[in-house]
Amino acid sequence: MFKWLDPYAKSETLYHFCGKLLPYLMVSALALLLLGNIWGLAFTPADYQQGDSYRIIHIHVPSAIMSMGAYAAMASAAFVALIWQIKVAHWAVLAIAPIGAIYTAIALITGMAWGKPMWGAWWVWDARLTSELILLFLYLGVIALNGAFSDRQVGAKVSSLLALIGVINLPIIHFSVEWWNTLHQGASITKFAKPSIDPSMLWPLLISILAFAVLLMALTCLRLRTAILVNEQHRPWVRKLVGG
Amino acid sequence: MHFQSFSEFLAMGGYGFFVWLSFGLTYLLLIGLIAGSVYQQKQFKQQLKATIAREQRVKQYQEQQV
Repeated sequence: MFKWLDPYAKSETLYHFCGKLLPYLMVSALALLLLGNIWGLAFTPADYQQGDSYRIIHIHVPSAIMSMGAYAAMASAAFVALIWQIKVAHWAVLAIAPIGAIYTAIALITGMAWGKPMWGAWWVWDARLTSELILLFLYLGVIALNGAFSDRQVGAKVSSLLALIGVINLPIIHFSVEWWNTLHQGASITKFAKPSIDPSMLWPLLISILAFAVLLMALTCLRLRTAILVNEQHRPWVRKLVGG
Repeated sequence: MHFQSFSEFLAMGGYGFFVWLSFGLTYLLLIGLIAGSVYQQKQFKQQLKATIAREQRVKQYQEQQV
């Protein structure tokens, strides 16, 4: 059923495939980000309770959702790397980890800058904030563990294993606002119910979420290409490509 | 357009500091991540190119000696 995927496990094929996608992904990510953010900053009404401070939502929610999306993608790659011993899958884990860490940092920073005027505190040890901080440590842990062993294959295995174990944190982050009493507001968009956010504010938000998703794909392509070159530098096809 | 003037847009109804702090740091981090990833690849390609050129010079020299 998934036989058609097999050629992409070959690093040379994957390198060229990512190279073809990269310009389209990068240009559309930046265009969507500018469109969504300018729309959200200047062309939507103010919130009836939070005034103009709520405009932070247009980067806070996209970065938070995609910090979890990136983790799910990274853990899937780790699963493939561990079960089928596919090397490029492990390079994908390491390509995604720094992107996820930056997205998580953005979600935390923008959350702090939103929390200060609304709650009166930059930080509270609340379930949502704490579990998102743990997500940041998971990303940093995956990066650090990979480099912590003199045997690179052991490092690859252990970091992939950590990435898989950390998946337990995703439902905790998602349901933290329902399971525990929290300062953090509930979801603005849900799959099953009518969104609690007004349509005029929803559209720019959806565009920004899409922008962060496409940017994640673009950066993954870019960083995976670098990883392939570094790891395959002794292969003839890389020598021919770079040495010219 | 929600705002009447540009200065009103910058003020963000009194929340200007927090809104622009958020957007500023976000774009700084994103641009840093993109530029860093591009630079990393460029630098590695240059380094590998130099290594390959050096290996070829060594090989040429050894062939001349024989």
